[in-house]
Amino acid sequence: MVGFLQQVVEGLGAGAIYASLALALVLIYQFTGIVNFAQGELAMFSAYIAWQFTAAGLPFWPALVLTLAVSFAGGMLIERVVIRPVEGAPELTVVIVTVGLFIFVNAAAGWIWSFLIKDFPNPFPGGALEAGGLSVGYSTLGVMAVVAVVMGLLYLLFQRTKVGLGMRAVAANPTSARLVGIRVGWTLALGWGLAATVGAVSGVLVAPLLFLEPNMMGGVLIYAFAAATLGGFDSPGGAVVGGLVVGVAETLAGAYVDVIGSDLKVGVPLIIILCILLLRPQGLFGRAAVERA
Amino acid sequence: MSGRAEVTEKPVRADAPGRGRALARIAAGRRRWIVAAALLAVACSLPFQLVPFRVFQFTMVLVYAVALLGLNLLVGHAGQISLGHGAFFAVGAYGTAIMLDRWDVPHVLTLPAAAATAFALGLALGLPAMRLRGLYLALVTLAIAIFLVPLLKRFESVTGGSMGLTLGKPAPPAWTGLAEDQWLYFLALAVAVAAFLLARGLLHSRVGRALHAVRDNEAAAEVMGVRLSFYKTLAFAWSAMFAGAAGSVYTWVIGFVSPDSFAVTLSITLLAGIVVGGLGSFSGPLLGGLFVMFVPGISQDVNDAAPGVIFGLLIITVMYVAPTGLAGLAGRVARSTKKILRKE
Repeated sequence: MVGFLQQVVEGLGAGAIYASLALALVLIYQFTGIVNFAQGELAMFSAYIAWQFTAAGLPFWPALVLTLAVSFAGGMLIERVVIRPVEGAPELTVVIVTVGLFIFVNAAAGWIWSFLIKDFPNPFPGGALEAGGLSVGYSTLGVMAVVAVVMGLLYLLFQRTKVGLGMRAVAANPTSARLVGIRVGWTLALGWGLAATVGAVSGVLVAPLLFLEPNMMGGVLIYAFAAATLGGFDSPGGAVVGGLVVGVAETLAGAYVDVIGSDLKVGVPLIIILCILLLRPQGLFGRAAVERA
Repeated sequence: MSGRAEVTEKPVRADAPGRGRALARIAAGRRRWIVAAALLAVACSLPFQLVPFRVFQFTMVLVYAVALLGLNLLVGHAGQISLGHGAFFAVGAYGTAIMLDRWDVPHVLTLPAAAATAFALGLALGLPAMRLRGLYLALVTLAIAIFLVPLLKRFESVTGGSMGLTLGKPAPPAWTGLAEDQWLYFLALAVAVAAFLLARGLLHSRVGRALHAVRDNEAAAEVMGVRLSFYKTLAFAWSAMFAGAAGSVYTWVIGFVSPDSFAVTLSITLLAGIVVGGLGSFSGPLLGGLFVMFVPGISQDVNDAAPGVIFGLLIITVMYVAPTGLAGLAGRVARSTKKILRKE
């Protein structure tokens, strides 16, 4: 039983990272109806920026703050430059553009920092917290704490500030929002900036666990997609729950299902996506969309 | 959907009334056949003009063209997106490799078997994904492409694990007097021509019209009695079949398969190829094949990452300025020169 709980705790640790990337996906989807296939690569790029800052001699936490600021600006810039021209274009066009962005960012990181693996400093101490036979690594706790803080801040932003209110208005109905004087274009850019920041958190958290290299986020992206599908693409809370569930499911499947083992764990998100699409396509917390021609 | 409407073939001269228009269409059709025949003649003479390495490269262009033909059917004609066509390519390649390795199946028979396997797999996977919006198909196919590599490594006894499988290439029959590289080229050419004719037949049938209707306006198509999920799933299965056939020829040509040749990169390269080559056109897959084969080789001299940077930038630029890709640009240039010539 203790062994099982131990696996669950580790799953939650992994799930927290998936949750933050899934949250980034959901943020963009809410505002623009776009699923950003480049989200993982943007997170990877942010992790490289953080690495660059620490390599330049900055301590970890100031480096993180700077990275988040750069990512925010970068996300807004991408919305303005890359996404804006295809706003309102058919879904196929937009998806292809984000895939192009995916390829470009991945290769650009390889060009700038080479494809060699880099060591990323772990901001959390190495030991573990022992309680009732369970041992929870401080880095796992740290990851969960950081993700919880990010979510709390987002909640405050959306529920307690005027900017957040404007953003919710745009997500609910862009035309009406524009009519009451909200600058929709800038709000969309703000949404992309926020998503890039949240994604950057996941990139920086995952880098010490996986080693930093340009293809680092490819696998994580699939878990985040599974999390967002499970929770519902239009539900930020759902994305968090989905991320945790996917993390635990993946860890348990890897530990207890012999056929899956550690190497085929990446099949778990595929199975989750397929099951959700068959049984409850809008996700656990999502609203079913009504098609209107 | 105005951006996509451009992709469909336009009548040759919309202003010519009645009889004149019919004549013009016949003339254009004849011209198209002449161009195709000339192209085929050039293709047949290529292996006798080039060194074996170049012949190999053009063989690979044909292999990619077959896969892109399938992807074009799905993305260009049905308006659905697949980020995992490399997986079906791999199914064809590995299917063929396993048939050759385990049961010594003759090379010719491996192709239809591999294509049929890919078709069945496409049908099975398309069913859940296609009931929904195209977006989810992109998700599912990407997940499949990522899942495939560890899956291939796992079943080591069948697939050879990370080491892969090495196989014999089809030997040229003595009566042809061809070298091995030339024979492989002609095999690939034969498959490519057959695939092209098959795709053409599919698109000119009732099914092709149904797919265009689905792409241009789903709701309207449904109202007109087109069963969306049926045709979308079918298009997905067909395009998987083409990718499987291409994978089979790939195994013939390379004589070696290993999991890492079929990573996500392959799927994304294929998508880049068809987008840059030209969605929804018949020359798109061929142009895309040339692009996929030669651009990485040339740009890799600059930097390892250069092909990726070029692919990414080109995909985005093409979607902005020329949604019909290279093929569309070529058509536009041809039309404007014709207009200039007529004025003189």
